[in-house]
Amino acid sequence: MSSITQYFSAGRTSGKHTLPFVIILLAVTALACLSNLYLASDSALHVSTYSITLLGKYLCYAMLALAVDIIWGYCGILSLGHGAFFALGGYAMGMYLMRQIGDRGAYGNPDLPDFMVFLGWQQLPWFWHGMDQFWFAMIMVVLVPGLLAFIFGWLAFRSRVTGVYLSIMTQALTYALLLAFFRNEMGFGGNNGLTDFKDIVGFSLQADTTRVSLFAITALMLALVFVISRKILSSRFGKVVLAIRDSESRARFIGYRTDRYKVWLFVFSAVIAGIAGALYVPQVGIINPGEFSPINSIEMVIWVAVGGRGTLIGAVIGALLVNYAKTRFTAILPEAWLFALGGLFVLVTLYLPKGIVGLYTQLMEKRRPQPTKESNA
Amino acid sequence: MQRVPFSTRTFLLKLRKNKEQAHQQETLPLLIPWSMTLRHFIALCCCLFGLLSLQAYSAESSTPASLSVNQPPAALAPLMLKLTQVKYSKLLPVLKAIEANSDESMLPLFRTMMNGDLYFIKANKQLVQRIEVENQDAYRGIFSQQLIANLSEQAVSKIKVNNRLRGYLRNAIARIQLTSHSAEVRRGAVQALLSSLDEDTVATLERLYSSESNTKVKEEMGLALAINTALQTELPNSTRIAAIERLSGSLETTVRNKLNQLTYQDNPDIKAAAQAALTKITQRVERFGFLNQLFFGLSLGSVLLLASIGLAITFGVMGVINMAHGEMIMLGAYTTYVVQLMMPNYIDYSIWVAIPAAFLVSALVGILIERLVIRHLHGRPLETLLATFGISLILQQLVRTIFSPLNRQVSTPSWMSGSWEINPVLSLTMNRLYILAFSLLVFFALVMVLKKTSLGLNVRAVSQNRNMAKTMGVKTNWIDAMTFGLGSGIAGIAGVALSQLTNVGPNLGQDYIINSFMVVVFGGVGNLLGTLVAAFSLGIATKFLEPMTGAVLSTILVLVFIILFIQKRPKGLFPQKGRAAE
Repeated sequence: MSSITQYFSAGRTSGKHTLPFVIILLAVTALACLSNLYLASDSALHVSTYSITLLGKYLCYAMLALAVDIIWGYCGILSLGHGAFFALGGYAMGMYLMRQIGDRGAYGNPDLPDFMVFLGWQQLPWFWHGMDQFWFAMIMVVLVPGLLAFIFGWLAFRSRVTGVYLSIMTQALTYALLLAFFRNEMGFGGNNGLTDFKDIVGFSLQADTTRVSLFAITALMLALVFVISRKILSSRFGKVVLAIRDSESRARFIGYRTDRYKVWLFVFSAVIAGIAGALYVPQVGIINPGEFSPINSIEMVIWVAVGGRGTLIGAVIGALLVNYAKTRFTAILPEAWLFALGGLFVLVTLYLPKGIVGLYTQLMEKRRPQPTKESNA
Repeated sequence: MQRVPFSTRTFLLKLRKNKEQAHQQETLPLLIPWSMTLRHFIALCCCLFGLLSLQAYSAESSTPASLSVNQPPAALAPLMLKLTQVKYSKLLPVLKAIEANSDESMLPLFRTMMNGDLYFIKANKQLVQRIEVENQDAYRGIFSQQLIANLSEQAVSKIKVNNRLRGYLRNAIARIQLTSHSAEVRRGAVQALLSSLDEDTVATLERLYSSESNTKVKEEMGLALAINTALQTELPNSTRIAAIERLSGSLETTVRNKLNQLTYQDNPDIKAAAQAALTKITQRVERFGFLNQLFFGLSLGSVLLLASIGLAITFGVMGVINMAHGEMIMLGAYTTYVVQLMMPNYIDYSIWVAIPAAFLVSALVGILIERLVIRHLHGRPLETLLATFGISLILQQLVRTIFSPLNRQVSTPSWMSGSWEINPVLSLTMNRLYILAFSLLVFFALVMVLKKTSLGLNVRAVSQNRNMAKTMGVKTNWIDAMTFGLGSGIAGIAGVALSQLTNVGPNLGQDYIINSFMVVVFGGVGNLLGTLVAAFSLGIATKFLEPMTGAVLSTILVLVFIILFIQKRPKGLFPQKGRAAE
């Protein structure tokens, strides 16, 4: 009983965070953008384009963490395959960018991307058609991960595959995709993936303004996804999802078709991951099968665990912190990063089961013991 | 494992104190014969291994004997001298004369000459062989094998050979070997002669055929003669067709090539006979190809079995998900590497040290992980998964820091290398055979441990009902640690086996972890027999898909198949029944 009240109170507190979070996010983004565009490059407050791109990358990761948190923190489904949805969204965007290169590639073929010419292909494979249209590519960004999640979720949740089994199945899914995308015959550039992008909807990807706009769009999208997720999770649907997490069989016996709730939440989460991937690729400039590797997917889970699962804000904080630490670590002590990451996995699960946000709420409750006692009673 | 009976005894003593004597009298006589059968079983295993290695040694010692033949007959001395005097184009008759008067003692001369390493000292016309000592040319006596010091390049002259001479020498070597004492050498010689039958060879073969005592060699000789007969156009058709029919029983590539030649001839009868023989041979080759694929499938299955069997214990029996399982395999492989580093002169024996060492190293690391981390996460499977994944990252990086990120080479003991040639199209590599046998041995040993020892009894009790076992006095904490140690230790043993097949590197474990989980889940959690069946069926399925789809796609197809299979039967091939299945 106490766990349920706790979750309700947790839901309320994180609901309180939504507006401040959106305001802070957008304010920081606006300041960073303005400083990059209007301050002289030798000014102390100038934010370099490199940092802007890096921040954009972090925000994509934050969105991805949000997707993992929605499914893991709120529904108790630990997916170790969200990297697959992220990469699929990324590949959809990459294909569009690839087609935009046109005849500026090394081989100068107006229709075929360089790697296809290199492989001696004569025609564009069928799934590359239409990818030169931006709107079509954007539909694919949403549709492909969503569809895969729907099929996988429909099969898995209907036959009541749960817990660790589901985690391993999702891991196998991303592993199978990793192997598949490594193959040249698949038509996705094999080992090298898709790269050498030139421009997006007519703007050069190298230009500062494009980079800043991409960063701003990412921030806006993150804010949007955050608000939508909050709305969905605090709606009636969200309450059922919480009930499923806490006791699936009880929710089922009360009369809810729990598998349908799970499938739709899974699809929603996968679509967010796909969008994050699509925003990630133009900023980083490459997408290759490495994004499918199981270790990437499991790293996302630790971002959420560090931040505090079951709180949307925690996922974002966790992703930003861990990735900032990764950037610093790999620059200073590249050898130590895996030690640190591994240690993080162990320590967080052992000593920080509710993450940083959980720690923060705990401290707050300790400081004001009376009102919490009342709300728990 | 030695400590196990002790715990049982204390357990039983406690029971006696509780005056539950009826129960105690039931259990005690049951436990003792079980532990005795286990001892018998282990003794049997030791004997088996001893026998295997003994055989390997005796096989090895018989081969180098033929090399120690020395000193040419004195009668050949003038011919030898002639070798150094005559011109390049006149060498052939001299060599023929040497062959006619010689036996196996001339082999070093012919071999050296064929390789183009035959020289003579200008001053005294002594024949020498050029060899490389520390990247520099040096010369030694052909027959004495003794190094001749201080010989400069100017002091010697090369005896040149051309392709024609080389061809002659190759056949001459084979012909000389036909008279060897070792049947194995004679057989090799006939096989070498099959593709290049000339008049001299046929004459030699015909001469030796009737006196040959070994049936296998005789058969090969008959085959060579049959090839010759089949190719002779002046012989009557009936003789040639009989010879072709004789050939249709062989699987040698040479025979197939010769028959192929015959199908292009004008003679219609011969053509038809050759065609029929070829079809018959092709069918047999296909059948053996199937067997070969089956063997590779079984081999992959044995690797999967070894990799997943430890997981079947930790995940299947204990319900603990250990993502660091692959790293336990890796630790075992690195232990093999370190053991070989420590005893470089005893590579053949190193494996007997490596197996227990790898078991201990991985088991200790496993127990450490269990005590420090997994114990605190009991009942939280998803957190256990994450924490053990963190451990796997740490272990990988640790190995990278200590041993470098590059792959390490582990050498194969001589008795494990080579292959068992059943016939020309089917040969099974020894190391894969040994690993297949080893995986089954480990499997059955493990089943015995779980079924027949008190540790196994306790493990099963804890896995079936932890609280009840606790009330009965089973030290569940201790059993957890031991079970985890056992599972990890077996992963270490798997690492020893894998080090013989693949490169040993920090990522070794990662390559197997997903497949191992698939095997355990496919076979049914908590069911060792299911793991066995799943490992072999997945291995065979992968290898049979491979020729049709390519290696990567077959792996993907098998993965997709399992994903779909789990949807249909979430509890695997052999689901647990009863209350233990929740």
